[in-house]
Amino acid sequence: MAKVAAELKYSAEHEWIAADGSGPSVVGVSAVAAEALGDIVYVDLPEVGSTVTAGETCGEIESTKSVSDLYSPVTGEVTEVNDDVVSDPAVINNDPYGAGWLFKVTVTEEGPLLSAQEYAEANGGEL
Amino acid sequence: MTENYTALYEEHKKLGASFTDFGGWQMPLKYSSELAEHHAVRNAAGLFDLSHMGEVWVTGPQAGAFLDYALVGKLSAIADGKAKYSLICNADGGIIDDLITYRFGDEKYLVVPNAGNAPTVAAALAERAANFNVTVEDASAATSLVAVQGPKAEAILLKLTDESQHALVTGLKYYAFNEVSVAGHDVILARTGYTGEDGFELFLPNEGAASLWESVAQAGEEFGIVPCGLASRDSLRLEAGMPLYGNELSLERSPFDAGLGPVVALTSKEGDFVGRAALEAAKEAGTKRKLVGLKGHGRRAGRGGYPVLKDGNVVGEVTSGQPSPTLGYPVALAYVDVEHAGLGTALDVDLRGKAEPFEVVALPFYKRQK
Repeated sequence: MAKVAAELKYSAEHEWIAADGSGPSVVGVSAVAAEALGDIVYVDLPEVGSTVTAGETCGEIESTKSVSDLYSPVTGEVTEVNDDVVSDPAVINNDPYGAGWLFKVTVTEEGPLLSAQEYAEANGGEL
Repeated sequence: MTENYTALYEEHKKLGASFTDFGGWQMPLKYSSELAEHHAVRNAAGLFDLSHMGEVWVTGPQAGAFLDYALVGKLSAIADGKAKYSLICNADGGIIDDLITYRFGDEKYLVVPNAGNAPTVAAALAERAANFNVTVEDASAATSLVAVQGPKAEAILLKLTDESQHALVTGLKYYAFNEVSVAGHDVILARTGYTGEDGFELFLPNEGAASLWESVAQAGEEFGIVPCGLASRDSLRLEAGMPLYGNELSLERSPFDAGLGPVVALTSKEGDFVGRAALEAAKEAGTKRKLVGLKGHGRRAGRGGYPVLKDGNVVGEVTSGQPSPTLGYPVALAYVDVEHAGLGTALDVDLRGKAEPFEVVALPFYKRQK
């Protein structure tokens, strides 16, 4: 069963966000989503400096079998994107909560977020 | 839709497969990574459960004549011990299914249709048999089919067969079969496949399937065999340029549009066969849109249903597409207006609103080194 990292918050669309209150928050996709997608072969991330909106699409994740929209879990300005996952998207499958992070954002408003417990229960993940 | 389970379902569960519904069957989609499974077949070997495919026996004095009438090819002309790719069409020339027919003798043939179509094909054959002295028996539910595909497939099979039968394995040509004992199981061993690699397909009764599966997995371990699901099966067949019923083939497509004209025996068969008049008319009328291979210049893949564009105008539609694991660029099969279907033609695929450059290339995308 796919792992759900306990220290993170999650959107219903399977993005996680690490918000420690200091500096920009980090956004990625959950292991549950990465596993369901299959081997990820292409990611399209928002541009640095652009504004993302909670609940709206801000990019794309393409696996061998399918294409999924990437939704932002929060509203804010993108300060950094992970170029490593753009050049080697398999990192998202291998380490979705670590090296497979997607972008950093200065949060002005949070969307509806779930606790790790709530997300795991709703999506059959393992805490 | 009825959920069907193959005799190997428990084996797949033990291996931690993720499952998908395919043609009414719960089938393994992948066991670990579909890319790893794909590469294993190209470089070593893969083990597939294809027991969802149908097996219909046609026996009796008029078996050959009956199949010549029921299918579009000249099946009576197959040599004993050989197989042939063919189609079953309706009276309008639409494709009901593509299938492989194995000839055991004058009066004995095995027809193998696709999973989802097997009941329809079995029923169509039974109906078409009314005026022939033949028996049509659908043995799909009692028969398992296991495939061993990849450059190491032969070595693995040799390990599982008695030395006295090795020549039956090594001497087997593509699209030929023998009855062989593999790991103690009497199987029909055919050198056929859907991956573009060398490989074998093994038919046997359900009772022996799990035991055979485990024997092959064990014998193949030293050669790097891995169990493979439908995800890698699809990417492998796409690279090999092989059509998938439901994507490239359907009741709405003529064999000529699909590039399968040579499969339709309009000249070599003198008698009537189901669909003949419609297929003659379709051949006469010519093809407006034909099936082509597309190679993407970017990194994003075309997917089934995406429009193909020329100068912004829709000139076709993608039927299958994804990034090719072996070649490293996106590949797609698409129906394209014949005037834009020439090799080297620059086209675009509408990828969710953005036109990405593709080019018409020769099929197959991938061809193994022999």
